[in-house]
Amino acid sequence: MAIPKLYQWLLAASIFMAAWLSYVAGFFQTNLRQEYHNIILVLPIYLLMAFASYSLALLGYRVATFNDCIDAAEELQEDVKEARKDLERIGYKYASDWQ
Amino acid sequence: MATLNKYSVLLPTYEERNNLPLIVWLLVKHLSESGHDFEIIIIDDGSPDGTLDVAKELQRLYGKDKIVLRPREKKLGLGTAYIHGIKHATGNFVIILDADLSHHPKFLPEFIRKQAEKDYDVVTGTRYSGNGGVFGWDLKRKVISRGANYLTQVLLRPGVSDLTGSFRLYKKAVLEKLINACVSKGYVFQMEMIIRARQFNFSVAEVPITFVDRLYGESKLGGSEVVAFFKGVLYLFATT
Repeated sequence: MAIPKLYQWLLAASIFMAAWLSYVAGFFQTNLRQEYHNIILVLPIYLLMAFASYSLALLGYRVATFNDCIDAAEELQEDVKEARKDLERIGYKYASDWQ
Repeated sequence: MATLNKYSVLLPTYEERNNLPLIVWLLVKHLSESGHDFEIIIIDDGSPDGTLDVAKELQRLYGKDKIVLRPREKKLGLGTAYIHGIKHATGNFVIILDADLSHHPKFLPEFIRKQAEKDYDVVTGTRYSGNGGVFGWDLKRKVISRGANYLTQVLLRPGVSDLTGSFRLYKKAVLEKLINACVSKGYVFQMEMIIRARQFNFSVAEVPITFVDRLYGESKLGGSEVVAFFKGVLYLFATT
Protein backbone atom coordinates (compact mmCIF):
# COMPACT_ATOMS: atom_id res chain seq x y z
CA MET A 1 0.00 0.00 0.00
CA ALA A 2 1.22 3.50 -0.85
CA ILE A 3 2.47 6.00 1.72
CA PRO A 4 -0.44 8.10 3.05
CA LYS A 5 -0.71 11.60 1.55
CA LEU A 6 0.00 13.25 4.89
CA TYR A 7 3.44 11.59 5.08
CA GLN A 8 4.19 12.41 1.45
CA TRP A 9 3.60 16.07 2.28
CA LEU A 10 5.62 15.92 5.49
CA LEU A 11 8.48 14.21 3.68
CA ALA A 12 8.57 16.74 0.84
CA ALA A 13 8.27 19.67 3.26
CA SER A 14 11.06 18.36 5.52
CA ILE A 15 13.43 17.80 2.59
CA PHE A 16 12.76 21.30 1.32
CA MET A 17 13.07 22.91 4.76
CA ALA A 18 16.26 20.97 5.56
CA ALA A 19 17.87 22.19 2.34
CA TRP A 20 16.65 25.74 2.88
CA LEU A 21 17.70 25.90 6.55
CA SER A 22 21.15 24.56 5.82
CA TYR A 23 21.57 27.20 3.13
CA VAL A 24 20.34 30.00 5.41
CA ALA A 25 22.49 28.79 8.29
CA GLY A 26 25.49 28.76 5.96
CA PHE A 27 26.23 25.04 6.15
CA PHE A 28 27.48 25.03 2.60
CA GLN A 29 29.41 27.59 0.60
CA THR A 30 27.96 29.01 -2.60
CA ASN A 31 28.98 31.88 -4.80
CA LEU A 32 25.45 32.90 -5.80
CA ARG A 33 24.89 36.52 -6.77
CA GLN A 34 23.51 38.73 -4.00
CA GLU A 35 20.03 39.09 -5.61
CA TYR A 36 19.60 35.28 -5.81
CA HIS A 37 20.72 34.97 -2.22
CA ASN A 38 18.08 37.50 -1.16
CA ILE A 39 15.34 35.59 -2.97
CA ILE A 40 16.32 32.28 -1.39
CA LEU A 41 16.13 33.82 2.09
CA VAL A 42 12.39 34.49 1.67
CA LEU A 43 11.67 31.56 -0.66
CA PRO A 44 9.29 29.62 1.67
CA ILE A 45 7.13 32.73 2.11
CA TYR A 46 7.21 33.42 -1.65
CA LEU A 47 6.14 29.88 -2.45
CA LEU A 48 3.28 30.00 0.06
CA MET A 49 2.08 33.32 -1.35
CA ALA A 50 2.33 32.07 -4.92
CA PHE A 51 0.35 28.94 -4.01
CA ALA A 52 -2.32 30.97 -2.21
CA SER A 53 -2.68 33.38 -5.16
CA TYR A 54 -2.86 30.52 -7.64
CA SER A 55 -5.50 28.77 -5.52
CA LEU A 56 -7.64 31.88 -5.14
CA ALA A 57 -7.44 32.70 -8.84
CA LEU A 58 -8.35 29.14 -9.80
CA LEU A 59 -11.21 29.06 -7.30
CA GLY A 60 -12.56 32.37 -8.62
CA TYR A 61 -12.35 31.13 -12.19
CA ARG A 62 -14.08 27.85 -11.37
CA VAL A 63 -16.89 29.52 -9.43
CA ALA A 64 -17.41 31.99 -12.30
CA THR A 65 -17.50 29.23 -14.92
CA PHE A 66 -19.66 26.81 -12.90
CA ASN A 67 -22.41 25.71 -15.33
CA ASP A 68 -25.86 26.77 -14.18
CA CYS A 69 -27.75 24.06 -16.11
CA ILE A 70 -30.96 26.04 -16.53
CA ASP A 71 -31.84 23.86 -19.53
CA ALA A 72 -31.50 20.71 -17.43
CA ALA A 73 -33.95 22.08 -14.85
CA GLU A 74 -36.47 23.05 -17.54
CA GLU A 75 -36.11 19.69 -19.23
CA LEU A 76 -36.72 17.94 -15.92
CA GLN A 77 -39.93 19.95 -15.38
CA GLU A 78 -41.15 18.73 -18.77
CA ASP A 79 -40.13 15.15 -17.98
CA VAL A 80 -42.04 15.33 -14.69
CA LYS A 81 -45.21 16.42 -16.51
CA GLU A 82 -44.83 13.62 -19.03
CA ALA A 83 -44.14 11.06 -16.29
CA ARG A 84 -47.22 12.07 -14.30
CA LYS A 85 -49.42 11.93 -17.37
CA ASP A 86 -48.13 8.49 -18.30
CA LEU A 87 -48.38 7.14 -14.74
CA GLU A 88 -52.02 8.25 -14.62
CA ARG A 89 -52.62 6.57 -17.97
CA ILE A 90 -51.33 3.21 -16.74
CA GLY A 91 -53.45 3.47 -13.59
CA TYR A 92 -51.07 4.67 -10.86
CA LYS A 93 -53.36 4.83 -7.85
CA TYR A 94 -51.65 7.68 -5.94
CA ALA A 95 -51.92 10.10 -8.86
CA SER A 96 -54.06 12.31 -6.60
CA ASP A 97 -50.83 13.16 -4.68
CA TRP A 98 -49.89 15.72 -7.30
CA GLN A 99 -53.29 17.24 -8.03
CA MET B 1 -22.41 -8.71 -25.63
CA ALA B 2 -24.52 -5.91 -24.21
CA THR B 3 -27.49 -8.21 -23.78
CA LEU B 4 -25.61 -10.33 -21.23
CA ASN B 5 -25.22 -7.47 -18.78
CA LYS B 6 -27.81 -6.67 -16.18
CA TYR B 7 -27.95 -3.44 -14.20
CA SER B 8 -29.31 -3.35 -10.65
CA VAL B 9 -30.31 0.18 -9.70
CA LEU B 10 -30.17 0.83 -5.94
CA LEU B 11 -32.60 3.47 -4.70
CA PRO B 12 -32.35 4.15 -0.98
CA THR B 13 -35.38 6.26 -0.04
CA TYR B 14 -36.61 8.19 2.94
CA GLU B 15 -39.70 10.37 2.58
CA GLU B 16 -39.66 10.31 -1.22
CA ARG B 17 -43.36 9.62 -1.80
CA ASN B 18 -43.64 12.26 -4.53
CA ASN B 19 -40.29 11.72 -6.20
CA LEU B 20 -40.22 7.92 -6.23
CA PRO B 21 -42.82 7.32 -8.99
CA LEU B 22 -41.09 9.95 -11.14
CA ILE B 23 -37.55 8.64 -10.74
CA VAL B 24 -38.76 5.07 -11.35
CA TRP B 25 -40.64 6.17 -14.46
CA LEU B 26 -37.53 7.95 -15.78
CA LEU B 27 -35.31 4.94 -15.01
CA VAL B 28 -37.67 2.55 -16.76
CA LYS B 29 -37.92 4.89 -19.73
CA HIS B 30 -34.21 5.47 -20.27
CA LEU B 31 -33.02 1.94 -19.52
CA SER B 32 -35.74 0.31 -21.65
CA GLU B 33 -35.23 2.69 -24.56
CA SER B 34 -31.51 1.92 -24.64
CA GLY B 35 -32.33 -1.80 -24.51
CA HIS B 36 -30.60 -2.71 -21.26
CA ASP B 37 -31.69 -5.43 -18.86
CA PHE B 38 -32.26 -3.93 -15.41
CA GLU B 39 -34.00 -4.10 -12.05
CA ILE B 40 -34.74 -1.31 -9.58
CA ILE B 41 -34.16 -2.18 -5.94
CA ILE B 42 -35.99 0.19 -3.59
CA ILE B 43 -34.61 0.28 -0.05
CA ASP B 44 -37.05 2.32 2.00
CA ASP B 45 -36.07 3.08 5.58
CA GLY B 46 -39.53 3.09 7.15
CA SER B 47 -40.61 6.48 5.73
CA PRO B 48 -43.62 7.79 7.66
CA ASP B 49 -45.02 9.38 4.47
CA GLY B 50 -45.87 6.01 2.91
CA THR B 51 -43.04 5.80 0.39
CA LEU B 52 -43.26 2.02 0.72
CA ASP B 53 -46.91 2.01 -0.41
CA VAL B 54 -45.87 3.97 -3.47
CA ALA B 55 -43.08 1.46 -4.10
CA LYS B 56 -45.58 -1.43 -3.86
CA GLU B 57 -47.88 0.32 -6.32
CA LEU B 58 -44.95 0.75 -8.74
CA GLN B 59 -44.14 -2.92 -8.33
CA ARG B 60 -47.74 -3.75 -9.29
CA LEU B 61 -47.47 -1.56 -12.39
CA TYR B 62 -44.01 -2.54 -13.63
CA GLY B 63 -43.73 -6.11 -12.36
CA LYS B 64 -41.78 -7.92 -9.66
CA ASP B 65 -38.87 -8.61 -11.98
CA LYS B 66 -38.34 -4.86 -12.56
CA ILE B 67 -39.16 -3.44 -9.12
CA VAL B 68 -37.68 -5.21 -6.10
CA LEU B 69 -38.59 -4.08 -2.58
CA ARG B 70 -36.02 -4.35 0.20
CA PRO B 71 -37.50 -2.18 2.99
CA ARG B 72 -35.91 -1.72 6.40
CA GLU B 73 -37.54 -0.87 9.72
CA LYS B 74 -35.85 2.45 10.37
CA LYS B 75 -33.35 4.94 9.04
CA LEU B 76 -29.89 3.39 8.92
CA GLY B 77 -26.70 4.36 7.09
CA LEU B 78 -26.26 4.64 3.34
CA GLY B 79 -23.50 2.05 3.21
CA THR B 80 -25.66 -0.54 4.96
CA ALA B 81 -28.53 0.35 2.61
CA TYR B 82 -26.30 -0.58 -0.34
CA ILE B 83 -25.20 -3.82 1.32
CA HIS B 84 -28.81 -4.65 2.13
CA GLY B 85 -29.83 -3.81 -1.44
CA ILE B 86 -27.17 -5.79 -3.29
CA LYS B 87 -27.65 -8.90 -1.18
CA HIS B 88 -30.35 -10.02 -3.58
CA ALA B 89 -29.30 -8.03 -6.65
CA THR B 90 -29.25 -10.18 -9.76
CA GLY B 91 -27.29 -7.78 -11.99
CA ASN B 92 -23.55 -7.91 -12.63
CA PHE B 93 -23.49 -4.10 -12.47
CA VAL B 94 -24.89 -1.82 -9.79
CA ILE B 95 -26.08 1.74 -10.39
CA ILE B 96 -26.54 4.15 -7.52
CA LEU B 97 -28.25 7.51 -7.72
CA ASP B 98 -30.32 9.84 -5.56
CA ALA B 99 -34.06 9.23 -5.59
CA ASP B 100 -34.86 12.96 -5.30
CA LEU B 101 -34.56 13.70 -9.07
CA SER B 102 -31.29 15.60 -8.72
CA HIS B 103 -29.70 12.87 -10.85
CA HIS B 104 -31.36 12.34 -14.22
CA PRO B 105 -31.52 8.74 -15.54
CA LYS B 106 -31.02 10.07 -19.10
CA PHE B 107 -27.28 9.94 -18.38
CA LEU B 108 -27.28 6.19 -17.72
CA PRO B 109 -26.82 5.03 -21.32
CA GLU B 110 -23.70 7.25 -21.35
CA PHE B 111 -22.45 5.67 -18.09
CA ILE B 112 -22.95 2.21 -19.61
CA ARG B 113 -21.27 3.17 -22.88
CA LYS B 114 -18.32 4.66 -20.98
CA GLN B 115 -17.96 1.57 -18.81
CA ALA B 116 -17.80 -0.69 -21.86
CA GLU B 117 -15.17 1.51 -23.52
CA LYS B 118 -12.31 0.14 -21.41
CA ASP B 119 -14.16 -2.25 -19.11
CA TYR B 120 -13.92 0.26 -16.25
CA ASP B 121 -14.59 -0.94 -12.69
CA VAL B 122 -16.33 2.30 -11.70
CA VAL B 123 -17.94 5.11 -13.68
CA THR B 124 -18.78 8.22 -11.68
CA GLY B 125 -20.78 11.30 -12.64
CA THR B 126 -18.99 14.63 -12.44
CA ARG B 127 -20.52 18.07 -11.99
CA TYR B 128 -17.15 19.74 -12.36
CA SER B 129 -15.98 18.97 -15.87
CA GLY B 130 -17.16 19.00 -19.47
CA ASN B 131 -20.83 19.88 -19.77
CA GLY B 132 -21.46 18.96 -16.16
CA GLY B 133 -22.93 21.46 -13.74
CA VAL B 134 -25.50 22.25 -11.10
CA PHE B 135 -28.87 23.97 -11.12
CA GLY B 136 -30.20 25.82 -8.10
CA TRP B 137 -27.05 26.84 -6.27
CA ASP B 138 -26.35 30.40 -5.16
CA LEU B 139 -22.90 31.97 -5.12
CA LYS B 140 -22.16 30.95 -1.55
CA ARG B 141 -23.00 27.32 -2.25
CA LYS B 142 -20.84 27.38 -5.39
CA VAL B 143 -17.88 28.82 -3.50
CA ILE B 144 -18.18 26.22 -0.73
CA SER B 145 -18.52 23.41 -3.25
CA ARG B 146 -15.62 24.54 -5.43
CA GLY B 147 -13.46 25.29 -2.39
CA ALA B 148 -14.11 21.90 -0.84
CA ASN B 149 -13.48 20.23 -4.19
CA TYR B 150 -10.17 22.09 -4.66
CA LEU B 151 -9.04 21.16 -1.15
CA THR B 152 -9.71 17.48 -1.79
CA GLN B 153 -7.91 17.68 -5.14
CA VAL B 154 -4.80 19.17 -3.53
CA LEU B 155 -4.73 16.94 -0.46
CA LEU B 156 -5.92 13.62 -1.87
CA ARG B 157 -5.03 13.79 -5.61
CA PRO B 158 -7.88 11.35 -6.37
CA GLY B 159 -7.58 11.36 -10.17
CA VAL B 160 -11.27 12.23 -10.56
CA SER B 161 -12.82 15.70 -10.64
CA ASP B 162 -15.92 15.01 -8.52
CA LEU B 163 -15.41 13.06 -5.32
CA THR B 164 -18.65 13.65 -3.46
CA GLY B 165 -21.07 12.85 -6.25
CA SER B 166 -23.35 9.87 -5.69
CA PHE B 167 -24.37 9.08 -9.28
CA ARG B 168 -22.27 6.02 -10.11
CA LEU B 169 -22.02 2.69 -11.89
CA TYR B 170 -20.03 -0.10 -10.24
CA LYS B 171 -19.21 -3.67 -11.10
CA LYS B 172 -21.09 -5.55 -8.40
CA ALA B 173 -18.05 -7.31 -6.91
CA VAL B 174 -16.13 -4.02 -6.87
CA LEU B 175 -18.93 -2.24 -5.00
CA GLU B 176 -19.08 -5.02 -2.42
CA LYS B 177 -15.35 -4.85 -1.83
CA LEU B 178 -15.38 -1.03 -1.54
CA ILE B 179 -18.32 -0.89 0.87
CA ASN B 180 -16.59 -3.39 3.15
CA ALA B 181 -13.41 -1.27 3.11
CA CYS B 182 -15.15 2.03 3.89
CA VAL B 183 -15.76 3.38 7.39
CA SER B 184 -17.21 6.86 6.74
CA LYS B 185 -20.78 8.11 6.53
CA GLY B 186 -22.69 10.66 4.46
CA TYR B 187 -20.78 12.87 2.00
CA VAL B 188 -17.49 11.42 3.13
CA PHE B 189 -18.69 7.89 2.36
CA GLN B 190 -18.98 8.70 -1.38
CA MET B 191 -15.54 10.30 -1.30
CA GLU B 192 -13.97 7.38 0.52
CA MET B 193 -15.45 4.92 -1.99
CA ILE B 194 -13.57 6.61 -4.84
CA ILE B 195 -10.34 7.04 -2.87
CA ARG B 196 -10.39 3.36 -1.88
CA ALA B 197 -11.16 2.40 -5.48
CA ARG B 198 -7.92 4.07 -6.52
CA GLN B 199 -6.11 2.47 -3.59
CA PHE B 200 -7.21 -0.98 -4.80
CA ASN B 201 -6.15 -0.05 -8.35
CA PHE B 202 -9.66 -0.24 -9.72
CA SER B 203 -10.13 1.75 -12.91
CA VAL B 204 -12.40 4.78 -12.61
CA ALA B 205 -13.91 6.82 -15.46
CA GLU B 206 -15.99 9.98 -15.37
CA VAL B 207 -19.09 11.14 -17.21
CA PRO B 208 -20.26 14.79 -17.03
CA ILE B 209 -23.69 15.09 -15.42
CA THR B 210 -26.05 17.90 -14.49
CA PHE B 211 -27.25 18.05 -10.92
CA VAL B 212 -30.64 19.69 -10.43
CA ASP B 213 -30.76 20.47 -6.75
CA ARG B 214 -34.06 19.39 -5.21
CA LEU B 215 -36.79 20.62 -7.51
CA TYR B 216 -39.20 19.35 -4.88
CA GLY B 217 -38.34 19.37 -1.20
CA GLU B 218 -35.44 21.19 0.34
CA SER B 219 -31.70 20.89 0.05
CA LYS B 220 -29.42 20.83 3.03
CA LEU B 221 -25.88 21.98 3.72
CA GLY B 222 -25.45 22.92 7.36
CA GLY B 223 -22.43 23.72 9.47
CA SER B 224 -22.31 20.21 10.88
CA GLU B 225 -22.07 18.76 7.34
CA VAL B 226 -19.14 21.04 6.52
CA VAL B 227 -17.35 20.03 9.73
CA ALA B 228 -17.97 16.34 9.04
CA PHE B 229 -16.66 16.84 5.51
CA PHE B 230 -13.38 18.42 6.71
CA LYS B 231 -12.89 15.69 9.30
CA GLY B 232 -13.43 13.13 6.57
CA VAL B 233 -10.92 14.76 4.23
CA LEU B 234 -8.31 14.91 7.00
CA TYR B 235 -8.97 11.27 7.91
CA LEU B 236 -8.41 10.19 4.32
CA PHE B 237 -5.40 12.53 4.01
CA ALA B 238 -3.73 10.87 7.00
CA THR B 239 -4.62 7.28 6.20
CA THR B 240 -4.64 6.77 2.41
